[in-house]
Amino acid sequence: MSDLLERLPYARFLGLITATDGQTLTVTMPFDDKLIGNPVLPALHGGSTAALLELTAVAQVAVLYPRLRLPRPINVTVAYLRSGRPMNVHARARISKAGRTVAHVLAEAWQDDETQPIAALTAHFLMAEDDPQL
Amino acid sequence: MSSSIHDILPQLAAGAAHTHALGFVYDSVDGDRVRIRVPWREDLVGDPDSGVLSGGLVTTLLDHVGGLAVWVALGKFESIATLDLRVDYMRAARARCDLIAEARCYHLTRSVAFVRAWAFEDSPDDPVAAAQSAYMLSTFRRRGIGSNLAAGGEAAR
Repeated sequence: MSDLLERLPYARFLGLITATDGQTLTVTMPFDDKLIGNPVLPALHGGSTAALLELTAVAQVAVLYPRLRLPRPINVTVAYLRSGRPMNVHARARISKAGRTVAHVLAEAWQDDETQPIAALTAHFLMAEDDPQL
Repeated sequence: MSSSIHDILPQLAAGAAHTHALGFVYDSVDGDRVRIRVPWREDLVGDPDSGVLSGGLVTTLLDHVGGLAVWVALGKFESIATLDLRVDYMRAARARCDLIAEARCYHLTRSVAFVRAWAFEDSPDDPVAAAQSAYMLSTFRRRGIGSNLAAGGEAAR
């Protein structure tokens, strides 16, 4: 499933690259001029970082729930911690609760220093969409 | 002053490299409500089996239109930064359809703007997604650097 993002057009638009270490994915969004949201600073558009986090969460949930065709978020919350500089962004997600109907996911995005994240995501995913009982 | 911010809304909606690459277009402003649109495009799809636009794109659209609503509420352009953004996905977007996003800044403090936004195909009453977000303003600095930190923020120096 680690190649999931290669099949999603928007993930390809963002140029996302997935690396797998066991069951854990690290997704990289290589810097590109088209990701710039503030040309003065310059800074990445927060939306591009949010999309990286969200797609990383989708891909990580897909690894742990292979029965889902495509994990669907119920909601996502993104906190912007630091300005995104014009360089690569990496992201990793962790499933903090894997329930029968809902999964809770935490994800962080960072640039050159993983201990200094530029954004953090909290999300809920619907796990039961293919189950007619729920 | 408010007419000048209205004049530059199309540029603010689509003028940066990212919003230009995504094809965002300014739609309209009505009082404190601002609308932008993203025309459907194959490379912005999140689910290749259904042709529905990506959730990540919807998040970007809602983040961006929220910023426009803040500038409309301020009546001027200034540097702002999204603090956080929560998006609820109410339903799947319709396949191969453009999305419109509308935002309204419903409260301003000296340093923070609070915004609600919706994404939809036809009517905000039938939203694909709804967002609640907060943006940090830079204006408060002009009222005296550190004035917002009066309750002990100076201790860091």
